[in-house]
Amino acid sequence: MSAAPAAPQPASADQLDLLLTPPRPLTGWRVLPARIAAMCVVELQKLRHDRSELYTRAIQPALWLLIFGMTFTRIGLIPSDGIPYLDYLAAGIIAQSAMFISIFYGIQIIWERDAGVLNKLLVTPTPRAALVAGKAFAAGIKALIQALVIVVLAAVLGVGISWNPLRLLGVAVAVVLGAAFFSCLSVAIAGIVRNRDRLMGIGQAITMPLFFASNALYPTSLMPGWLQALSAVNPLSYQVDALRGLLLGTPAHLPLDFAVLAVSAVLGIAAASALLPRLAR
Amino acid sequence: MTDALGLTGLRYRFGKVEAVAGVDLTVAEGEIFGLLGPNGAGKTTAIRCITTLLPVPSGMVRVFGHDASRERMAVRRLLGYVPQQLSADGNLTGRENVAMFARVFDVPRRERAARVEQALTAVGLAEASGRMAATYSGGMVRRLELAQALVSAPRLLILDEPTIGLDPIARTGVWEHINAVRAATGMTVLVTTHYMDEADQYCDRIGLMHRGVLRACATPYRLKEDLRARQGGDGVPTLEEVFRDLAGSGLEGELEGGFRDVRSTRRTATRLG
Ligand SMILES: Nc1ncnc2c1ncn2[C@@H]1O[C@H](COP(=O)(O)OP(=O)(O)OP(=O)(O)O)[C@@H](O)[C@H]1O
Ligand SMILES: [Mg+2]
Repeated sequence: MSAAPAAPQPASADQLDLLLTPPRPLTGWRVLPARIAAMCVVELQKLRHDRSELYTRAIQPALWLLIFGMTFTRIGLIPSDGIPYLDYLAAGIIAQSAMFISIFYGIQIIWERDAGVLNKLLVTPTPRAALVAGKAFAAGIKALIQALVIVVLAAVLGVGISWNPLRLLGVAVAVVLGAAFFSCLSVAIAGIVRNRDRLMGIGQAITMPLFFASNALYPTSLMPGWLQALSAVNPLSYQVDALRGLLLGTPAHLPLDFAVLAVSAVLGIAAASALLPRLAR
Repeated sequence: MTDALGLTGLRYRFGKVEAVAGVDLTVAEGEIFGLLGPNGAGKTTAIRCITTLLPVPSGMVRVFGHDASRERMAVRRLLGYVPQQLSADGNLTGRENVAMFARVFDVPRRERAARVEQALTAVGLAEASGRMAATYSGGMVRRLELAQALVSAPRLLILDEPTIGLDPIARTGVWEHINAVRAATGMTVLVTTHYMDEADQYCDRIGLMHRGVLRACATPYRLKEDLRARQGGDGVPTLEEVFRDLAGSGLEGELEGGFRDVRSTRRTATRLG
């Protein structure tokens, strides 16, 4: 007779001593930062296990820069504020890739809901804002890695990038804030529609207008008035303006840009955390 | 002594379906309480109200005296929860899955690794803890979820069909781990199951739910004796007969437990995505 696979032996009591006492809860202002840090660590662990995705994701923006950028630079159709079009485009592509990554975070959170992971986290004493901030952080990290790839590629293609470390730090902050806003927007919409297919539809329906109603590809002065108005309330435009100013040293409205980005990121986190519990119903 | 769990007049409806239709229930500290009932009886919905996942629109839920609609954070701190469907994060290793719960329950860093290791050991997963959870079998995921719930030393452990879809050995394994930990910690356990033999063997008391209401609530022995007294036959009936008596024929239950119920049950039995 073959031996049945034995169930692992239950542990004896002396191996369980730490599990007898509940951990002392943090209180007051320390709770939120600690939980945000915890969720960021978890997201980093996930990224570490899935590094190939990071690399494959960088292909699309690289192609945009190479094909679209090189072609239109040669045609010279799009006025680009007196700098080579490729230079002009680089900042737009960084912002675009950050947005495209982030806008899928709602789908990821619906996936986590369907997999039961979200429900279980919602039953822990974790503020919803921390769960959302963890996602925003992960989106920011992914976007940063892509930004790095694009900046290096742009430099190779001869874009006159400013290597001032302070400016590059500013670029990183702008990328993370933008990614935070768009990932939260996506999570907030997920909380409203609560279903993957509808979210996919809405995500695709809004990314294109967000992208084209911005200064990512061409100056807003080329647009009809109503599109200019749309661009003026589009955080992507402010992100691109900041990125362009910092990377190329062109004139930009940095204080306004960063204020808009910071406020939209905070509003995004607030909206997403308010709508997140709806996903568990 | 405050009860571990107290439900008074709990109701919850999804649109037209009244999933929980007025449930009163108390679970004493240290008890293993089994919530039984056919598909769609409202067990999971009641549990989701207790865990603060659903609001408590009508009635009262108290966990060790804390109101689940007002003191949510306090309630969450006392709970360990294993939902009906398999729910470990397949993109993390077993150890990372448990460490995540240690982190969100404020286990200090110097104690974290040891605590996580103990939780993994308690469910017999110490050796597999470095593997991605996506490679675990259904029984291993269930034990991993148990470790996640145990790492915060909960006072009320809520298990929604912890043994569904598991082979008999894995089932026994899960129960042995639950019992060993409970014996050591004295925590209260609220469990649902469709396996009558499990309920009979492991639960101190059983509540039988049907169409959103609690039809009976007593020790397994009492339930069987009551049915014998009602039927007047000789020989002690089994718990399954008690279940059939209170929940009507199996067919009725099947008609009621719609597609959604079967789908959720089946999802439980599959592996992680
Ligand atoms: N999210 C939902 N939306 C609409 N109806 C729901 C939802 N969840 C549950 N229901 C309905 O509520 C009723 C109770 O469901 P519940 O999942 O609580 O039953 P259960 O006792 O846990 O069943 P099972 O043994 O199959 O797990 C069922 O009629 C079910 O169809
Ligand atoms: Mg259920």
